[in-house]
Amino acid sequence: MLFTVLAGLITSSLLIPFGKLIKTKWSILLPFIPVVLFLFYVMHVPSIAEGTNFVQRVNWVPSLGVNLDFRLDGLSLLFALLITGVGTAIFFYGRTYLKGHIYFDRFFGYLLLFMSAMLGVVLADNILTLFIFWELTSISSFFLIGFNNDDKSSRDSALTALSITGLGGFFLLAGLILAGNIAGTFVISELFMKHEVLTIHPLYPLIIGLLFIGAFTKSAQFPFHFWLPGAMKAPTPVSAYLHSATMVKAGIYLLARFTPILGGTDLWSISLMVVGGFTMIFAAVHALFRIDLKGILAYSTISALGVLTFLLGLGTPAAIIAASVFILVHALYKATLFMVTGIIDHETHTRDISVLSGLRKVLPPVFVAALLAALSSAGLPLTFGFIGKDLIYEATLHFNENWTIWLTLLAVLTNVGLVAAGFMAGIKPFAGKLPSAFSNIHLPYPSLWIPPLVLAIFGLAFGLVPGIIGNYFNHQTANAIAGIETDMHLKIWHGFNLVLILSMATLLAGTLLYVVNKPSSSKLQMLARFDGLSPQAIFRRLARGLKDFALFFTRRFHNGYLRAYHLKIILFAELLLAYKLWLSGPISIDFDSLTPLSWYEVVIVAILIGALYIIVSAKSRLASVVSTSVIGYCMCLMFVFYSAPDLAMTQFTIDTLTTVLFVLVLYKLPGFINFTSKTVLMRDALVALGFGAILSLIALRVLFEPNTTEISNFYGENAYLLAKGKNVVNVILVDFRVADTLFETVVLSIAALGVYSLIRLRLKSSEKE
Amino acid sequence: MELLLVLVLGLLYAAGVYLILRRSLVKLLLGIMLLGNGTNVLIFLLGKITKGSPPVIDESYKVFQDIYADPIPQALILTAIVISFALTSFAIVLLKRVYALVNSDDLDDLNTPEEEDL
Repeated sequence: MLFTVLAGLITSSLLIPFGKLIKTKWSILLPFIPVVLFLFYVMHVPSIAEGTNFVQRVNWVPSLGVNLDFRLDGLSLLFALLITGVGTAIFFYGRTYLKGHIYFDRFFGYLLLFMSAMLGVVLADNILTLFIFWELTSISSFFLIGFNNDDKSSRDSALTALSITGLGGFFLLAGLILAGNIAGTFVISELFMKHEVLTIHPLYPLIIGLLFIGAFTKSAQFPFHFWLPGAMKAPTPVSAYLHSATMVKAGIYLLARFTPILGGTDLWSISLMVVGGFTMIFAAVHALFRIDLKGILAYSTISALGVLTFLLGLGTPAAIIAASVFILVHALYKATLFMVTGIIDHETHTRDISVLSGLRKVLPPVFVAALLAALSSAGLPLTFGFIGKDLIYEATLHFNENWTIWLTLLAVLTNVGLVAAGFMAGIKPFAGKLPSAFSNIHLPYPSLWIPPLVLAIFGLAFGLVPGIIGNYFNHQTANAIAGIETDMHLKIWHGFNLVLILSMATLLAGTLLYVVNKPSSSKLQMLARFDGLSPQAIFRRLARGLKDFALFFTRRFHNGYLRAYHLKIILFAELLLAYKLWLSGPISIDFDSLTPLSWYEVVIVAILIGALYIIVSAKSRLASVVSTSVIGYCMCLMFVFYSAPDLAMTQFTIDTLTTVLFVLVLYKLPGFINFTSKTVLMRDALVALGFGAILSLIALRVLFEPNTTEISNFYGENAYLLAKGKNVVNVILVDFRVADTLFETVVLSIAALGVYSLIRLRLKSSEKE
Repeated sequence: MELLLVLVLGLLYAAGVYLILRRSLVKLLLGIMLLGNGTNVLIFLLGKITKGSPPVIDESYKVFQDIYADPIPQALILTAIVISFALTSFAIVLLKRVYALVNSDDLDDLNTPEEEDL
């Protein structure tokens, strides 16, 4: 299994050196990758159908719990077959669709990357691995939506899609880690055992909330649905593959995968039913107003995803069976319709259904494919869609007594919309008279129309033998979602009952709606008036608000004045230190332990304070510099009093040198100019005094804390014994810590070099301002 | 006496902070020097100050016979004084350079380029 996941990644990196060859001679090799993978998974169908699961574990980062664990069960297999099967069709189709495109190799690189990532998502048995692949699908989708990178709207859509799905990814990661930590394992198959622990945990609502945001953003549920219509900017093979059949179903997969782990509670069911139910009806209505073929398909895809979410929310075995079948039904007909749209776009250069008509005469096999797909989507008896629709009604009718009518009504209304939308996309362009503009169109290469035709025929064939298909593909899927053995018997004929009546009524009403509903650009414009209220507009406003806030913040806090930065840093430090000081409790002063005070110390301190006052208030530069040196000498004297002769000597030398240098260099500078207002001066004085006071208090606090003197004692006792020196300070510097002193010398030398070269540097007159 | 040193270090810090909040480059530099002095006093104070007994072993003995001042803060401060001299002297020369180029020691005159971006 690891190999199947890595195959796409390896091939896509091989496209870097061999891209040129793939573009021309070897492009026929590309579709064989999904073909091989598809066959690999088809081989597993019989054993999976008997209930076996395959597990493969490869250690990756065991210390973090991130391992390449893969597990193939019914649910994974259904998705893996969809990914590789639809992938096969798309690869054959895309090879012709993009023939001669300048980025042909790049396109397939992204597509292969996506295929790998998607297989990784559905096979992963470790939630962190799942997350990594999940993000990879978002990234490859970003590149594919923005594939026409010279088109601004295409780039914008790619960014919107990435920001929505990426944002959802963050929430998902948080939810997954939370769940993993509470359960104590990141392995999905072990999490099945922790259902009890997780659902009664107080953080359970948060976990599923985060998980839902991840799933809803990916699967385009309201209010995050708007990135999907935008994603239709991608080349049509991408829309068919990522944005209808596979990637957008990753959210559904996630919900299905976690149903046995986190599902089964009222909170889970009701949230999914509300969001899914609203999304499905909302998008179905929206689809009816579109005139762009891809727009219709995008909204009907959102609606179908809503149906799936809704079914998972119902959560009864009947609903789960319906969901597992509907995933397959929808992938088959929707991918077909997208590919048909691609052919129409390719041949007529328009996707406007108010212009397109009569194409059945020039593109007969394409028409057959579109018709079959449209009928399957409408749920005509003998198609696979009929089975799917029956199961949905079955599920809503057998839910909770009180809710049956409303839920069924909702499902019927949605399906009526979907029937009409399917006909609009699959039949409308082919019906009616052929305009003269389109009369010289001829059928494209077979490799373009065979893949959709094959998928459409599958949709019909599966509907003829639903029992076998259900047994092989959907039974174990439903078991994996429900976590129990489900009772699945798919049949064409259930007898004459309420479900059949509803099914027929839906078909009739949908057809009627299709005939009556005439979408036009004027109606679309009417709808556009409400755009201000749409989640997309709100999202855009939020994004703009964030940008404005960032600008405001930057202007306020990053204004380019050094003193403003100093002020903020110091204020922040004051707050932090004051808080810590306050936490540490009252300071008690032990007067007995203090050294006695003598008059000469008081005199020195008085001089020092006087010098400080002069520095702070001086108008003349020289006075400040001299006062600084006075402070230095006062320090020097204090070192003399307190048994630090070395310090006194050093301070004396250094202070003298500094003053001399200062005066030599700065004697010709003008006096200080005072620009600042009194209030600013007062504010700065307060901040400064506050800082001084806090530091003093800290010093006081530390002064009366016991401190250890082991290191000092070690140096004191061993200065002569080990290092043969009697001045301990000197011994520390030149013996015990000699490396430090060496580097200090290096620093001094560098500074000296800098000083020397700056003094020697003569400016050319042109460089002076 | 410790209390006096506590007062001194607080005032040194306060004056240093006040000076680095000014517009003048020279004041900024003086402020940094004062902050350095304040820190030296702080370190010195934390080592329990002792009068009249420097950490030097008596001529005729091999180990200390009496109490002695803590040598570690002294070693640290010594290093700090020397390093701050390196910083100060380089900064002084740099200051002269700046003055030669823009003919001002006003910090606000130095940050023109970014204004245009706003």
